[in-house]
Amino acid sequence: MRLAARLGFPYSAPSTPGGVEPVAAPKRTGVDYHSAWARRFPARWSRVVLLESVMRPAMRVLANPDRVGLDRLADLAARKQPVIFAANHNSHIDTPLVLTSLPEPWRHHTFVGAAADYFFRTRMTGAVASLTLNAVPIERTKVSRRSAHHAAALIDEGWSMLIFPEGGRSPDGWGQPFRGGAAYLSLRCGVPVVPVHIGGSGRVLAKGKRAPARAATTVTFGAPLVPGGDEDSRRFGARLERAVAALADEAATDWYSARLRAHHGTTPVLGGPATTSWRRAWARGDHRRPRGSARRRSGPTWPDLT
Amino acid sequence: MPRPGFVLEVDRSTPPILFHHGEGFRLTRLPPGRTRVIYPPEPVAALRDPDGAVRHALLNPLGDSDPLPALLRPGMKLTIAFDDISLPLPQMRAPDVRQRVIEAVLDLAADAGVDDVHLIAALALHRRMTEAELRHAVGDRVYDAFAPSGRLYNHDAEDPEGMALLGTTEQGEEVEINRRAAESDLLVYVNINLVAMDGGWKSTATGLASYRSLRHHHNVRTMRHSRSFMDQHHSELHSSNWRMGKVLRDSGVRIFQIETTLNTDTFPKPFDFLMKREWEWGARDRATFVATSKALERTPPRLARQIFQSIRSPHAMSSVQAGEVQAVHRVTTENVYRQQLVAVEGQTDILTMGLPYICPYNVNSIMNPILVMCLGLGYFFNLYRGRPLVREGGVLIMSHPTPWEFHPVHHPSYIDFFEQVLADTTDPVEIEKRYETSFAEDEWYRHLYRTSYAYHGVHPFYMWYWGAHALEHLGGVIVVGGNARAVRRLGFKPASTMNDALEMASDVVGADGSITHLHNPPILLADVT
Repeated sequence: MRLAARLGFPYSAPSTPGGVEPVAAPKRTGVDYHSAWARRFPARWSRVVLLESVMRPAMRVLANPDRVGLDRLADLAARKQPVIFAANHNSHIDTPLVLTSLPEPWRHHTFVGAAADYFFRTRMTGAVASLTLNAVPIERTKVSRRSAHHAAALIDEGWSMLIFPEGGRSPDGWGQPFRGGAAYLSLRCGVPVVPVHIGGSGRVLAKGKRAPARAATTVTFGAPLVPGGDEDSRRFGARLERAVAALADEAATDWYSARLRAHHGTTPVLGGPATTSWRRAWARGDHRRPRGSARRRSGPTWPDLT
Repeated sequence: MPRPGFVLEVDRSTPPILFHHGEGFRLTRLPPGRTRVIYPPEPVAALRDPDGAVRHALLNPLGDSDPLPALLRPGMKLTIAFDDISLPLPQMRAPDVRQRVIEAVLDLAADAGVDDVHLIAALALHRRMTEAELRHAVGDRVYDAFAPSGRLYNHDAEDPEGMALLGTTEQGEEVEINRRAAESDLLVYVNINLVAMDGGWKSTATGLASYRSLRHHHNVRTMRHSRSFMDQHHSELHSSNWRMGKVLRDSGVRIFQIETTLNTDTFPKPFDFLMKREWEWGARDRATFVATSKALERTPPRLARQIFQSIRSPHAMSSVQAGEVQAVHRVTTENVYRQQLVAVEGQTDILTMGLPYICPYNVNSIMNPILVMCLGLGYFFNLYRGRPLVREGGVLIMSHPTPWEFHPVHHPSYIDFFEQVLADTTDPVEIEKRYETSFAEDEWYRHLYRTSYAYHGVHPFYMWYWGAHALEHLGGVIVVGGNARAVRRLGFKPASTMNDALEMASDVVGADGSITHLHNPPILLADVT
């Protein structure tokens, strides 16, 4: 590089003459990152190997996931229908955790909606995210027709999608309000949404932590949701959020108790109690976890309802 | 469009025909010119949205019944009973039909705010289901929600506090069923109708009953007057259950019946060739047959049994209906017939059949000689409507290894029945008269039934009675490839090959007796005219 710079043009890039408006370089980062190469051979096969031989054992060691509710997907699996998996988001390990939990035919045929401003900030990070997770940039700071169009086109091609409707990892372990992307794409593409609840991943690698710790996790798949005839994306999105909250309740208690509360509108909300920050943290229940312990907790995980 | 079943006349170009043979299969060439083979219909289409269909059935009941949500209210006592491990066969892939239906019922119950819910495996005098089996039947969600608090459990027909005598029929038959079910505000019964015999009033009057009640229809006289028990209008077994159903209704037990039917998509890959007609086997099917047959010949029986018992059938729900018991069962029976009936003209001198590795009473267990008899002479022989496939005085030839082997946990009373009772006599009437009560009231068998995983002490008797009609009807029974001592103990004749068996049968029916082979499973029901 230095030698090229010393040799000057044409061995290095030319400088722009003064008074001339430089030509804008085409953007290759953020939402403009082209990730199509990651869905072709050999990237696809590399990812299969990576998922099965690295991510899966790593998740087993780190998160020891208890995968619940896969039977709810049996009919969709038989029809090999593309779906949108919408999960709550606590940790960077959520994506590999869900990807390694997906059954066939989706496990190797799912792309991940990833924050364009975070994972695709540089071409290098974009390439890593695309290769390892089959990530596709999604604009989260503003409504972007381009990223939605791109995701919809992939779903129409038969790909399934993993999306975190909260738009980012939870800062405090409690859920954030769902954005409308998953519901919008479901309505636009006519595919069902599978609500997914991830419990315990915040204890493995919470936002702000650099090193992961071993902890037990639960991935609960819910019954597929299909938008009703008179449902717009806002109402469908709200239903999706309630479904994930009901799964959180189910994971923390039992299915029938959760159904009783869901039907009576008393399911604990994902966002946690509307109180001061320390009481929210206290209610989350992490203070009850023995420090440095990787033991599987026998009781409720997240959110803690006790 | 699935093809209907049909009857093939065997000629010289007909390939060898598949016979199930326990944990294995055989290809046997049958004599041309005098043999016909009855092939089952292909599986009917599965419901595209089974969960939607279940919900629709619950909201649109048949007969004189309100929709399920109208029957549910806060503070009520709700009991959900469901068929046990004997259905379906083989066990189906998850999610099981029962899980789908029970979750839909519970979802409505949750909507209505019903807190007092019990779930009972309606197993009558069958063995208790293990945790893994219950989990498979109802799903982890339901199991985890109810079992830890003792609200999901196996029916116990020998619990003196747990049974309620509701009355007697006009013929003096006592009706005693599970007390929790009897005293609930609503009993929801979740059924799987694999064959036409299942369902209707038999679900509750048999599944939740005690020996005191069951003995009125599980006896030699009833079985001999059930021709067949796959045809409820000519089945004394069903008449008795229907009389008991009337007593249940009159005594105020409110039942919401949910019945499901399955298609005959019975064997998953690589065993799906078992469902094809032999001349339609492709290269892969033939290679699979050869490979599996050769491998199974060299596989220890215990391992082979484990492999076969781990088969999970791709059965799919073909219909679901709910509401008043009789109205529901009428539609269910029609749907079973739609899948299984095959028109057959005339009876035969010799009926052949290959018995598979499984029957309703050896799921995750061993097919002992008594169960071989029950499957052949009880179930397969009775897969007819109209007249038996084989003429009176004809010969039944069945192919099965018939090992002298019993599961000591599941079938303890079978061992004693085989060693003591059958060593003395094989006459069902004599057996019933001399031995039944002592086995039925034996304290040790009662203890094992209640606390272990044993079939009730009287159960082997019922297996023998199940074949009583066939024993009376037939001129002889020959078992091909079976353990000779075990076969003789059953009162049958052993043969090494099908040709030997046909030769032996000619002593009874003459040299050129007509032969009919029942190509089963997948299950078929012969409509014999």
